[in-house]
Amino acid sequence: MRRVVITGAGTINALGHDVAQTFEAMREGRCGIGPLDIPDVDRLMVKIAGQVRNYDEHAHFNRQQIALYDRFTQFTLLAARQAVAQSGLEFHGELADRSGVVLGTSGGGLTTQDENYRVVYEEGKNRVHPFIVPKLMNNAATSHLSIEFNLRGPSFTVATACASSNHAMGQAFQMIRSGMAPVMLTGGSESMLVFGGVKAWEGLRVMSKDGCRPFSANRNGMVQGEGAGVFVFEDYEHARKRGATILAEVIGFAMSSDASDIVMPSKQGAGRAITGAMRDARIDKSEVGYINAHGTGTAANDKTESAAVADAFGPHADKLMMSSTKSMHGHLIGGTGAVELLACIMALKDGIIAPTINYEEPDPECALDVVPNEAREANVDVVLTNAFAFGGLNAVLALRKAP
Amino acid sequence: MEIREKVIEIIAEQAVLEPSDVKMEHTLEDLGIDSLGLVESIFAIEEAFDISVPFNANDPSESDFDISSVSAIIDAVSKLVSEKV
Repeated sequence: MRRVVITGAGTINALGHDVAQTFEAMREGRCGIGPLDIPDVDRLMVKIAGQVRNYDEHAHFNRQQIALYDRFTQFTLLAARQAVAQSGLEFHGELADRSGVVLGTSGGGLTTQDENYRVVYEEGKNRVHPFIVPKLMNNAATSHLSIEFNLRGPSFTVATACASSNHAMGQAFQMIRSGMAPVMLTGGSESMLVFGGVKAWEGLRVMSKDGCRPFSANRNGMVQGEGAGVFVFEDYEHARKRGATILAEVIGFAMSSDASDIVMPSKQGAGRAITGAMRDARIDKSEVGYINAHGTGTAANDKTESAAVADAFGPHADKLMMSSTKSMHGHLIGGTGAVELLACIMALKDGIIAPTINYEEPDPECALDVVPNEAREANVDVVLTNAFAFGGLNAVLALRKAP
Repeated sequence: MEIREKVIEIIAEQAVLEPSDVKMEHTLEDLGIDSLGLVESIFAIEEAFDISVPFNANDPSESDFDISSVSAIIDAVSKLVSEKV
């Protein structure tokens, strides 16, 4: 089996338009959630979100590109450009033929769908722009990364709701580990902050109107975010030979299905993914110093996740740190695991644990060290990152400090 | 139709029961209505009475809408309807 390392990272999200800004915001415990600014927001009950601010698509893309790039694709391309630039890789010949792209998204081109439903249903027009289908399809972002960077190997998009990015990165990890591909671009993106997207979420009555407070007794729901995270996963020998800077090593991955309820999470399902990832990584649970939690801020997730971690780790659960950075960037749905992987890289590379902000009241059902409100310096060797999706589909990755 | 009958009809449909089998003292749990069934019932109530029900699934007990029994729900809906003007 080959070892897999991360040699590039890129992002755009509510905390910043690149990795450095995002790390800075996480270190400072800054909140990227604020008033939602979209058309018809007055008809929504939920009026806050972790929106990408000060974003002008024309600053990055020309008119022809914008006709083909939905907002989720634009975010993905911007994140990927940063990641590929950091890796120093160029894709030609056999490397290009064997390297690919696996990304997660839940909704795909929802901005495009929302705008064009308005055109035909609300405005009563009988004609839409000819590129709507290639713009809205879930695999558009994957395909545009493949085109832009000349990646001609195995490429596809994964959709498992809130676990999409973790499932995608798990696939990329396994493809490199097995020798199928030397390099994979992976991660995910989401841009669901459109009227129809938020309205649909309102219906479930799990959204907070005033803030995301994971693990805090006074939490009252999730807050949506948007953006992308993209990483260069690379065969360790390939990276070592070319002298690449390594950000972290990916050492394990596991997935599980609750097979129980379409929305309520299961402690057993989450626990099997957590212990599975540690088994796959061949590590002892005592080695894990930090977990980036799924931590949505809903009543159901946070207590179930805390119980799953307590069960999986036993007494060691009281020694490790577990924070939810969704308190800062919101829940990016299909893109969330990718942005949250940044907190894992920061923990391993810089020794800084991102906090769970907005933590106000202890909850006896979430009695772990959630790194409340302020980032903490700590030397951790191994971290996990959790994602538990609606539909009961769970995906957990394990990472270690760069070799 | 009276508020009471309409609310019972909605709850009975969700519980797959005859309206006559739904008693005022029943809790939603008694009727076998789970969290998704509750959210769907509230949606049906909002549509039937053209009201907005203040309910957050994260904390039903602290929502300003009492769902502890069928009669409590009817009282809460009646209050919201009377406030509608």
